[in-house]
Amino acid sequence: MVEHATVATDAVVTLDVALPGIVWGWMITLNMWAKSIGTGVVLIGVYLLKKYGDRAATVKTLMPVISFIFLNIFLLFTLLDLHQPFRMWHIFFYPHWTSAITVGAWLATIFTGIIFVMAAGKILKRIDEEQYNKLMWAAFVFAIPVTLYTATIMGESAARELWQTPTELIQMALAAFIGGSATYLLLGIGDQNIKRDLAIVLGVSATLSFIVYMGEYYFGAMKAEEVAATIAFVKEGGSYHTMFWLGQSMGYIIPVILVIFGLRNKSNSMLALASILALAGLWIAKHVWLVIPQLLNLS
Amino acid sequence: MKLGFLVDLALCMGCKGCEVSCKVENEVPISMWRLRVKYVDVGTFPETKRTFTPLRCNHCENAPCERICPVSALHYLENGIVNVDRERCIGCAGCVMACPYGAIYIDPETNTADKCTYCAHRVAGGMMPACVVACPVEANIFGDLDDPTSNISKYIMQHQGNVKVRKPEKNTHPKHFYTGGGEVNLNPLASKREDGYNLFNNITHLKHVGGH
Repeated sequence: MVEHATVATDAVVTLDVALPGIVWGWMITLNMWAKSIGTGVVLIGVYLLKKYGDRAATVKTLMPVISFIFLNIFLLFTLLDLHQPFRMWHIFFYPHWTSAITVGAWLATIFTGIIFVMAAGKILKRIDEEQYNKLMWAAFVFAIPVTLYTATIMGESAARELWQTPTELIQMALAAFIGGSATYLLLGIGDQNIKRDLAIVLGVSATLSFIVYMGEYYFGAMKAEEVAATIAFVKEGGSYHTMFWLGQSMGYIIPVILVIFGLRNKSNSMLALASILALAGLWIAKHVWLVIPQLLNLS
Repeated sequence: MKLGFLVDLALCMGCKGCEVSCKVENEVPISMWRLRVKYVDVGTFPETKRTFTPLRCNHCENAPCERICPVSALHYLENGIVNVDRERCIGCAGCVMACPYGAIYIDPETNTADKCTYCAHRVAGGMMPACVVACPVEANIFGDLDDPTSNISKYIMQHQGNVKVRKPEKNTHPKHFYTGGGEVNLNPLASKREDGYNLFNNITHLKHVGGH
């Protein structure tokens, strides 16, 4: 790796311009976090409705309402993060279809529209069972690409070697499962069987997500020198070391332990605490992963 | 026609004439650069050497910025230049995240993406880019890569084996070449970047980018 040659060359940058710093910051993290909940409650909600039917009846109203709230948070901060937010309409009138941003914007808009109709229909009681089911399946289908498209934006960010589409696709899906299951657990939806299912989804998703992060943490450096240089920011002595491990602990390690004990003791409060920590930790973990590639000097 | 650039790093003396002329020609705001010359000191005193590397947009044939732009604000011209339409740009900064060369910035005055366009407006009028005109040693060579009789094509032929691009592993197919340089010039990871060891201090990071 070329950075090892610096010992011999002792090459030091002595005059250059300032580096741009973090361009995609906390607003984009909030965007991803809110989207995980907004789509996660649909993916998990449909599963609950199909498996438990009337035993999960409250999900029918809660699912579109919660999803609509978080999708609007996601869309609001997507808009606010634009340097020219009043030109957002350009995406719809001058779409460039090779861009995952364009595809995602269209999908998210259609998805939010479906969710709005479902939520409004349920609240105003202007929707029958058949119409609801049709919309629910449409929402389920759209929830999948809306969950995943951010991973392809990260993959298209060719400058950021750390973000690889296949890995990020898995992380986005797991984040949605964590977001959806944790939200329902916090709301205390359903009986003990439903809570058990939700806790298992939360625990398994958090475990898998943690494993993927650890894979990157310990083996990512083998792929490319840019990844090694990026991962160094979360390794010991790195500027994001503490925050990284805070995110991993809060988001994954502690919730998994709490889920295990919560299931064993049938403790709803433990599962609720696991959910709060998972949601908070998810934001931190995603933020660190978003920021660290931007600390690397590109030129 | 496929316009390209070549910088002969053996000729460049770091005068920053190109940098200044670019700033003036394109009215680039303070704290932003379309083109910059990076100084890297190599070796240990007294065996030291200072290298100079002009860095600008590579006008890649497979440009990640063009691909990720949701509204085609970044687009190809027929002559191969990757141009920016400031009126179309929504300022999502996707291009900033995509460019492996850090060549794109968000203009704090217009809140839109901007970068080197090889002075497309001058080229359209039959003139050379401002940096080419300003270079006192003709280290900047600009021309049509499709034309085997152009200066740049001849230069590339004459320096075969010594012509490099930045980050070829990114598969971007840059149309900006360098001769006479090595890893220290072209690979940012090949040199240290230490606070307090710059000719001018406190320039390591910008606190604010664009309109936020």
